[in-house]
Amino acid sequence: MANNVFEYAPAPESRSIVDIKPSYGLFVGGEFVDGHGRSFKTISPATEEVLAEIAEADESDVDLAVRAARRAHSRVWGRMPGKERAKYLFRIARIIQERSRELAVLESIDNGKPIKETRDVDVPIAAAHFFYYAGWADKLEYALPGLGPSGARSLGVAGQVIPWNFPLLMLSWKIAPALACGNTVVLKPAETTPLTALLFAEICQQADLPPGVVNIVTGAGDTGRALVSHPDVDKVAFTGSTEVGRAIAAAVAGSDKRVTLELGGKAANIVFDDAPIDQAVEGIVNGIFFNQGHVCCAGSRLLVQESVADDVLARLKRRMRTLRVGDPLDKNTDVGAINSAEQLAKIRELSEIGEQEGAERWSAPCELPDHGFWFPPTVFTGVTQAHRIAREEIFGPVLSVLTFRTPGEAIEKANNTPYGLSAGVWTDKGSRILKMANALRAGVVWANTFNKFDPTSPFGGYQESGYGREGGRHGLAAYLQDPGAKGGDA
Amino acid sequence: MYDRQLYAGWVTSTAARTAASRNDSAAPDATYDAAAQEWADVTASESSLRRFLHGLPGVDQVGAEQRAASLGTRSIKTTAKAFAIDLAITMVDLTTLEGQDTPGKVRALSAKAMRPDPGDPGCPSVAAVCVYPDMVATAKQALGSSGVHVASVATAFPSGRAALDVKLADTRDAVHAGADEIDMVIDRGAFLAGHHLQVFEEIVAVRAACARADGGSAHLKVIFETGELQTYDNVRRASWLAMMAGAHFIKTSTGKVQPAATPPVTLVMLEAVRDFREQTGRMVGVKPAGGIRTSKDAIKYLVMVNEVAGPAWLDPDWFRFGASTLLNDLLMQRTRLATGRYSGPDYFTLD
Repeated sequence: MANNVFEYAPAPESRSIVDIKPSYGLFVGGEFVDGHGRSFKTISPATEEVLAEIAEADESDVDLAVRAARRAHSRVWGRMPGKERAKYLFRIARIIQERSRELAVLESIDNGKPIKETRDVDVPIAAAHFFYYAGWADKLEYALPGLGPSGARSLGVAGQVIPWNFPLLMLSWKIAPALACGNTVVLKPAETTPLTALLFAEICQQADLPPGVVNIVTGAGDTGRALVSHPDVDKVAFTGSTEVGRAIAAAVAGSDKRVTLELGGKAANIVFDDAPIDQAVEGIVNGIFFNQGHVCCAGSRLLVQESVADDVLARLKRRMRTLRVGDPLDKNTDVGAINSAEQLAKIRELSEIGEQEGAERWSAPCELPDHGFWFPPTVFTGVTQAHRIAREEIFGPVLSVLTFRTPGEAIEKANNTPYGLSAGVWTDKGSRILKMANALRAGVVWANTFNKFDPTSPFGGYQESGYGREGGRHGLAAYLQDPGAKGGDA
Repeated sequence: MYDRQLYAGWVTSTAARTAASRNDSAAPDATYDAAAQEWADVTASESSLRRFLHGLPGVDQVGAEQRAASLGTRSIKTTAKAFAIDLAITMVDLTTLEGQDTPGKVRALSAKAMRPDPGDPGCPSVAAVCVYPDMVATAKQALGSSGVHVASVATAFPSGRAALDVKLADTRDAVHAGADEIDMVIDRGAFLAGHHLQVFEEIVAVRAACARADGGSAHLKVIFETGELQTYDNVRRASWLAMMAGAHFIKTSTGKVQPAATPPVTLVMLEAVRDFREQTGRMVGVKPAGGIRTSKDAIKYLVMVNEVAGPAWLDPDWFRFGASTLLNDLLMQRTRLATGRYSGPDYFTLD
């Protein structure tokens, strides 16, 4: 009998490829400049180690950035032929690929997500977005009905505010289509994860992007507020919480700014009794534990048909025992650190409420590191529609399990939410997939898979999950003038 | 017909017995007989067997391939790599299945099986030598009491296209010559034609033919030739069919058909043995064969065993590699770990 304990030795990705400076300024007009505001620290959520001092942009800094963007738009970028813009975008895409390891390591350090995900998901898809929209830049007249040869006009300056869960990927979702359509941007990364955006600024320099086309202003809520309410911003794009999204919608109401919002979600992942069970379990795990559950389209509500519920749950728990939680830079880590102390507190609070409300809590047994912000993969069973953990977005590795008896009940429960960003359907029956996809009120419906992203596929929500679409041909509509009287779906 | 009810009902009815019999895996034959009784309903007729097999949860091709690929990204380094390489060596069924095999060749292979690295007495020996039936006696003699088993293919290997009598005679001949393990092939034609009961009964008959005069029995490995079954649904059904018929091991391929073993096929089989043990308490081994040539590949398989079936299967009694060229690559990597340098193929013996 062999000693059959197969312990994986630590396999850390080397940090030496990244060079984190002690402090960073703002990227305005093609150069790094000091901000007028105070500065703040960004830390590694896995160790609480301070990584760098970051300048906090105040109103005057935001104003300078918007002016730089306006200048670049009216003098250079807005007039440049699409095929010339495309060259810059292709160049950026290639540099992202060339520096992919550096970006992946930096993202893992600053965000806490496992290197496996930054390496295999975030960075490759970010590059893919630039490649994809580079291809559109000289074909915009064909993108939307009614645009015609001279109809593809850019909006001007886009103010973009992105979240901390996919810092580089959300940056690429925002910047690539904006630039392809001839807009210039001022982008504010989240205050806990500014480093890859600042490295992206270096990439813009490396690609010889004309100054002012991309500006990065770092800071927290005040900076974001200054940006979205700046009078010379033509377009506001925001990804983040529904609460902040509401505030932004209120702030720009009455102005002529165009807005797209990609907000929260409480997606239903629906498993029918004829589903391919083992793959469904993988999909459930991928749906809620991918990126520590910090995914707006996470499958945080599992709806499982009662006749297979026990089997699915037993398999799910067994699978959860094999999840490896720990050092984000270890290539074998499946679940990394929670992004911030604040987020960890929120996850803990809602989990405690779940217990108080009578749901049964089970966490995968795992040793959590002493420092940093950690939460074990957790599943709540016996959850009903009346529980807060079935209604509110937890934005963490916490799954609520509900059951249903018939397809009708599944649709009713899945749609019984103020959100509507995504949903998943697991069944071997093709006709049922089509029926469910039509009935589910969600922007994205995945069939026998979950959390799959591609630049060619539009993404966006219903109701409190926001409005407008990013990605694909639809994503262009948000950055182009309306063709004639007909509105795009942005 | 799609009958999940039969599968589901059976799962419930055996749940209690499962718990009781889980500790009996040390005495597989006793549990086998008890378990065989439980299959009486399922295997009573072609239609009930078919309903059962088609009631098994389906396999989503994309999902299974993704899962196998993601397990392949595990990074196994330093101590973990040393552990995995030594374990993989002990799991190798060192194989020669050529028309040109001679007693000399089989003796050479047997010597290598016992002492894979003549320069390092610490190097473990492999699990078995796998030959055609007429070479079993030669291999048995060469291996003596070394503990390395003799495995023999049988049942009109590799096509399986012969009458049952011939297949059984082939099997008895190999067992009589001293084979410790029999690697049989299923009748893929019958399986694909939907004659599941015929395949089932053939496996039962071969297993009976594995009996030795002394009352013991050679272990039976059942080869599906997954490259011919094509779909993962078929692989899962064949796995259950063979396990119900009493297979000790289920094995992917003969090595004569491409594709041979692949990670997703092995994944589906590992899920099947895992589920079978959950429900019956009986453990069945898995053997991917053909196409596994590098240590890197072998380690990916071990990661899959560890995370899908569970650590209990990380043992040559429960997991094997059917391979010929793999061993030398394992030895080369083993030496590299010990010395820090790669040495050339000249420093390792030819099989």
